[in-house]
Amino acid sequence: MARSLGNRVLSGICITLSLLTLVPLISIVWLVLKNGLPLLNWSVFTELPPAAGMVGGGFGNAVIGTLVMVGIGLILAAPVGILSAIYINEYSPTSRLAKAVRLVAKLLTGIPSIICGVFAFAVVVAATGSFSAYAGGVALAVLMLPTILLTSEQALIGVQNAYREASYGLGATKFQTISRIALPDALSAIMTGIMLAVARAAGETAPLIFTALFSQFWAKSLSEPTASLSVLIYNFSTVPFPHQLEMAWTASLVLVAFVTVANIASQLAFSKKE
Amino acid sequence: MPTLMQEEIAPSPNQSHQAKPARAARPDFLSVRNFDFFYGKKQALFGVNMDIPEKQVTAFIGPSGCGKSTLLRNFNRMNELIDGVRHSGEITICGQSIFDPKIEVIALRRAVGMVFQKSNPFPKSIYENIVYSLRISGKNSKGVLDEAVERSLRGAALWEEVKDRLHESALGLSGGQMQRLCIARAIANRPKVLLMDEPCSALDPIATVKVEELISELKKDFTIVIVTHNMQQATRCSDRTAFFYLGKLIEYDVTQKIFSNPSQKQTEDYITGRFG
Repeated sequence: MARSLGNRVLSGICITLSLLTLVPLISIVWLVLKNGLPLLNWSVFTELPPAAGMVGGGFGNAVIGTLVMVGIGLILAAPVGILSAIYINEYSPTSRLAKAVRLVAKLLTGIPSIICGVFAFAVVVAATGSFSAYAGGVALAVLMLPTILLTSEQALIGVQNAYREASYGLGATKFQTISRIALPDALSAIMTGIMLAVARAAGETAPLIFTALFSQFWAKSLSEPTASLSVLIYNFSTVPFPHQLEMAWTASLVLVAFVTVANIASQLAFSKKE
Repeated sequence: MPTLMQEEIAPSPNQSHQAKPARAARPDFLSVRNFDFFYGKKQALFGVNMDIPEKQVTAFIGPSGCGKSTLLRNFNRMNELIDGVRHSGEITICGQSIFDPKIEVIALRRAVGMVFQKSNPFPKSIYENIVYSLRISGKNSKGVLDEAVERSLRGAALWEEVKDRLHESALGLSGGQMQRLCIARAIANRPKVLLMDEPCSALDPIATVKVEELISELKKDFTIVIVTHNMQQATRCSDRTAFFYLGKLIEYDVTQKIFSNPSQKQTEDYITGRFG
């Protein structure tokens, strides 16, 4: 009796705490939907941000800016991250270089995102003399790299060694074993890691303030200050104009939807077909 | 880039093995001379000498850790995937050293197929599992691949069971079918030697019988070396048996002789179940 009572109490506590973890998520989604939906229409994707005190307009340039900078970050970080993971797991897992890479990647995950911004500012903005989408992309790449690297490594560790053995036993080279057996099997987990990184990068504000800054206009090139959703939310939520505040909520809604859709799409597209 | 190994022991793809002029099977097809093997400082094999005849089944028996799998895994140099191993002595196939620097390990493994203890089909379709060895050697023509799939699956007595679902995942097969698929995969690119490392240890008795029947069939085309813990299995499907103990080859003879009238005391103790 006492044992079953204890069981019930513990299960009760666990269930309650699990439900508690849902509270922040649900309230965020609820707030974003409630405040963001009224202004949501097609024109927010096609028009430029309204000037101070004005109404109407949208944040089309910020949507594109976010997509472009996350894209640049991904193009820079994904190959480096995945290839490094292949090296440290498939080629030389116990080498000093592998150990150093693993350690540095773990340390990098703990670095505040604003430091990534300062780094990209020093490396790209100071060198080129201009805030730019490139610089924003570099900052986001630095942010994404450790996540992509470490999740890719875990994905490759998850590939059964029996598969590699079978492949070598059939006369495959190391390259063939990696490209035809290990990578395809690890792909869905690697993609999940990439989506995690993208989701995080898309919402980052601090690194972009230092690197891409913001722009009221459509970007004509990648080397000029570029708007992003996260910086727009930051800017508009600190001004005293109700319309801008409302638009910040709508931008938040778009950002959350973007991240959610990307996550679900990657899960659907790369889920393992067993 | 053809190597000696490919010319000598890997059959050319357009030359069916039935069409070859008949010649006497070599009694020393696979030959081991003064072979020592070390994992780091630990010596696993001591001065092994043996000749494995062509197109027969040779069984390796002995208690766990006796070195039988280690020797088997030297025949296709799979042991080289482990750090810190070294060997001395010689292993030849068709009189040619497998350690010859001119021999590519890739070519060796294509000529010496292997079936593992735990069946390990790739998480791909049945078809792609079988054609893997062909694809990695650059054969991609559909006709060649289709022919190899049917031939290998018939060779592994699996064709009738799976011919209607070749493009379904191999992971949906039963345990016994998976192991026969692995055998089909190993023979797809026509190796000369087939190494089997306890191929039935994870199978139920019915699946075991099927694989054993298959082994008797396969020896018409392949030289087979099988490691087994099951002495009945060795008597049922092998022509010759080698007994290993503590890294040494204790006795190697015709299977019937080993099990009815062994010449060594240790062999007799082992097969009568006094240890091991």
